[in-house]
Formats: sequence, C-alpha cells, structure tokens
Amino acid sequence: MSFRTPLGRARGLGSAKRGTGHWLAQRVTAVALIPLTLWFVASVLIHMHADYVTVLNWMHSPVVAVLLVLLVAILYYHAYLGLQTVIEDYVHDEWLKVSTLVLLKFICILLAVIGIFAVLRVAFGG
Amino acid sequence: MASDNRPLSPHLGIYRWQISMTMSILHRLTGIWLSLGSLALIYWLIAVAAGPDIYAMAQTLLGSWIGQVLMWTWAFSLFYHLCNGIRHLFWDAGRGFEIRAFYITGYSVWIISGALTVVAILFAYTHGSHP
Repeated sequence: MSFRTPLGRARGLGSAKRGTGHWLAQRVTAVALIPLTLWFVASVLIHMHADYVTVLNWMHSPVVAVLLVLLVAILYYHAYLGLQTVIEDYVHDEWLKVSTLVLLKFICILLAVIGIFAVLRVAFGG
Repeated sequence: MASDNRPLSPHLGIYRWQISMTMSILHRLTGIWLSLGSLALIYWLIAVAAGPDIYAMAQTLLGSWIGQVLMWTWAFSLFYHLCNGIRHLFWDAGRGFEIRAFYITGYSVWIISGALTVVAILFAYTHGSHP
C-alpha cells in the first residue's frame, strides 16, 4: 500500500531515495579532519626545513603512513562533498551540472589514489 | 512539474550587510581554496616518493616567495575553515544560535584563526635550519 497522495503520484516527484546521507557524511568527515589536519600542519611546520632523508624516515613510520592515507582519503571525500554543494547551488544548466559533478568526482578520486599511492610507495619502499 | 509560485527566500541584495554573510561566504571560499591547495599536498607527496632530486625541486618551488605566499593563504584558509567548521558543528548540535553567542563565536573564529596563522608563520621562520 502506498502512503502517497494521488496528486503526488501523478506529479511523479517522490522521495529522492536518500535523506541525510550527504549532510551527515560532510559532518563526520569534518570531525575526522579536525585532528588529522592539525597533526598534518604541525608535522609540516616541524619538517619545513628538514632534509630529504629526515622526511623519508618520517614517512617510513607506520603511524605516519596510516595517518597520511587517512588524511588524503577523508580530505578528498570532504572536498568532494563541499564542492558538489557549491556546483549544485550555482550551476543551473542540468547537463553542465551533471558533467561537472562527474568530472569533479573523477578528479577527486584520481588525486586521492595518487596521494595514497605515493604515501604507500614511500612507506613500503626500501 | 513542481509549482512555480512557491515562496522564495529573499535574495542576497535585500539584506543589510552583516558579519554572518561575510563569514558564510568566506567559509565556502576557503573551502574552495583549500581544495586547490590539496594539489600542493599531492605534489609534495609525489615529490617525496619520486626521490631526492624531485623533492629538492619541490622544496625550491614551495619555498619560493610565491610558494610561501600561497602556503600562508592556505594555512589561514585551513585555520579559518577549521574554526568556523567547529562553529557549524555546534550549530548542528542546536547550540550557539543566540545573537550574542553568534557574534562572540564569529569574532572568536577571526581571532583564533588569525592567531594560529601568525603562530605558524613565526614558528616556521624561527625554528629549524634555514636553507
């Protein structure tokens, strides 16, 4: 049995089948990024003038490698959610909007994978 | 078809300027700017993975005056987006909506993110061996 009104059915504008998922994901990634970004900024400040070997040894550490992977992954997830909202707000042409969103998703995933790969390569490298 | 004559929220031009507007717009702008800044992070990670020569090149590039200016705008953007983001999380929890709290937290975001940026800059230029 359907709870929708006949008018609602006729208009065809039903539930979008998703509710608070986007909103919630944006908040959860934001909370995760608080400690991660603070840790990263502190690390960058400490290693700003360090030589290559020091930075390499730093990234060899399992804790650092795991935190960097988390940072890159969550950062791009959060960035995608935020930029998606901006595009949805300001791009009104449907085709342009959808293609921009798809392109944005590809770019975010590509950059995240490149970043994670670079971290793992250093972490597992000799 | 959705009804076309639903009530709309007033457009931006109708409001007197308020600090909340600037802060809200700046939250978006810093978010966009930080997304671009993430490219520098990826570039730096690639440089570490690619070996000492490429890393030295990246350090030179990021350490150039334009690199440094970009770094500090990203640092401020990060601190601002972080502080104002925490403010947003409190709103999501239903707190901080009173006019007084709204202004206090708003100005606090400016002060704290500005202070953190200055502290970061001071730390960067006074600690460690300079090239």
